[in-house]
Amino acid sequence: MKRQLLVLSAAVALASSAVAADFKPAVVFDMGGKFDKSFNQSVFDGVEQFRRETGVKYREFEVTNPSQREQALRKMAQRKANPVLAIGFAQATALEKVAKDFPDTKFSIIDAVVDLPNVQSIVFKEQEGSFLVGLLAAMKSESKVVSFVGGMDIPLIRRFNCGYAQGAKYAVKDVKVISNMTGSTPSAWNDPVKGGELARSQFDRGSDVVFAAAGGTGAGVYQAAKDAGKFAIGVDSNQNHIHPGTMLTSMIKRVNVAAYNTFKGVQNDTWKPGFNVLGLAEGGVDWALDDNNKSLITAEMKAAVDQAKADIIAGKIVVHDYMSDNKCPSL
Amino acid sequence: MSEFILILLSTLDSTIRVSTPLILCAMAGLFSERSGIVDIGLEGKMLGGAFAAAAVASITGSAWIGLSAAIGVSVCMALLHGFACITHKGNQVVSGLAINILASGLTVTLGIAWFHQGGQTPLLSGDARFYSIDLPGALAVADVPVIGAIYSQLISGHNALVYLAFFTVPVTWWIVYQTRFGLRLRAVGENPQAVDTAGISVFWLRYRAVICAGILCGIAGAYLSTGQNAAFIREMSAGKGYIALAALIFGKWRPKAALLACLLFGFLEALTVRLEGVDLPLIGQVPTQLMQALPYILTVVLLAGFIGKAVAPKAIGVPYIKER
Repeated sequence: MKRQLLVLSAAVALASSAVAADFKPAVVFDMGGKFDKSFNQSVFDGVEQFRRETGVKYREFEVTNPSQREQALRKMAQRKANPVLAIGFAQATALEKVAKDFPDTKFSIIDAVVDLPNVQSIVFKEQEGSFLVGLLAAMKSESKVVSFVGGMDIPLIRRFNCGYAQGAKYAVKDVKVISNMTGSTPSAWNDPVKGGELARSQFDRGSDVVFAAAGGTGAGVYQAAKDAGKFAIGVDSNQNHIHPGTMLTSMIKRVNVAAYNTFKGVQNDTWKPGFNVLGLAEGGVDWALDDNNKSLITAEMKAAVDQAKADIIAGKIVVHDYMSDNKCPSL
Repeated sequence: MSEFILILLSTLDSTIRVSTPLILCAMAGLFSERSGIVDIGLEGKMLGGAFAAAAVASITGSAWIGLSAAIGVSVCMALLHGFACITHKGNQVVSGLAINILASGLTVTLGIAWFHQGGQTPLLSGDARFYSIDLPGALAVADVPVIGAIYSQLISGHNALVYLAFFTVPVTWWIVYQTRFGLRLRAVGENPQAVDTAGISVFWLRYRAVICAGILCGIAGAYLSTGQNAAFIREMSAGKGYIALAALIFGKWRPKAALLACLLFGFLEALTVRLEGVDLPLIGQVPTQLMQALPYILTVVLLAGFIGKAVAPKAIGVPYIKER
């Protein structure tokens, strides 16, 4: 009798631990951390919303140096976290190794493609959102020169750049687009001094609206725009609040929705491996309009951008994707 | 033609902004190295100063209190360096490197713990930053050709720390070459035994030298986070301390030559930024990678052909042991 009880209780314990093991979500933030006011923070908002709504706690880790990426993902998988959400293109290589070692764990990665049977790759059509802010920039510009500051020179950032140039030229045919990349190493994401200098050089060459897709480097760009009395456009999160009156708008990437949906999908058993491409039609990207910038956006601009948005969703405007052929017709 | 002048002026203007931390650090290194203490730790002291300035300025709302904090932190780190390699006769390169690693780790860790923004400090505004100052008469003479443009665009319109940085060069020269302290400082870097025989404390002299270095590095750090920028961002010193050290060696450990070397490095960096993506006559658009490599290529060329032999202070890197 006693023995039977023991077996029974062991079985119960096993069963309950199995249930718990099925759903223990985890997220690995990338460099910049969950309060970066941009990309990672948006993910944090998404997973926090999930925690509030479902009461399910999640594990988290903030990567503070490149070597921690693989270590962190591996630790999460070893502790039976499922799903594991990896943030940022830089985690792709690490995830590829770890996902192979843990075939039963579900992994999702945002901003990169990892082609494995247990990985869901969530990517965004940044070119579509950038098209809209490019259109707004060109309409706002008085000098007919707009500019772009990228972070690290990688195809993903060129995609932002290319969409932006297409949008600007769609709105105003003879607009000039100046583009600069901060650098070719990861330190380009965190070099606000150089970002500010790049923005100043662009202002000297006539630009009066600058779009930064450069992580922490963007802070320097926005500051330079504010100091010089020009306009700037934020990226990833709604960054309009950083300098009201200077920030024309922000190109929003709804990584928070993607993060939320990943956790929710696994909980409801609707999660599928493979590609998940989010564009304007899916609400994955958008432009930001709130109290901080509504005085800068005229009715005419709003009408034009809404029209362009509808046309892109309907397929009437096709925004070229830089990453499809590594070329940009508008630059 | 006028467009060319405009581009030239804006490049020179940017040169001044970019060179400022280099000049301060080079002068800091000059004090330390002239006394015989190798100072690899310029980078770390500057980074520590930058963090202290931004953190304190964001809490108190005053850029000047931030500057004092930066100087305080940087001097403490300099004293740590002094304690390791003057008092305890440790290896000066190792100690300097340790200072750099300490600063790079500690600033981010404290930043995350205190401000929860991934190692950044909150954005500064209002009195918490150093703003550009328009020198008297800048507007009035702006229309005078050449001189007016140079005065109003190039010389006027920088923040207080920029002017301070340029001011430190003649002051450094005066201290090192015209005062009794300067004479002893140079002597202790060349022949500490002679200084000791004359009854002057080698330790105390070298400590004073590293304190001077700490003060200047602190100002450089405050400039990065509260003057040029409006927040501390991890690793924001981005190798400037090492470049300043190179400029110091370029300048053969002399204030004026080191200043020119700093300005050259600053000019190359400003030029890189300006010329990126610009169509040049005859050449066309220069690839980004080449533009970014340009400062380093020129450094090698200059170092190989034009600078001549740089002779370091004789006793540099050698801890002083009283009885031999």
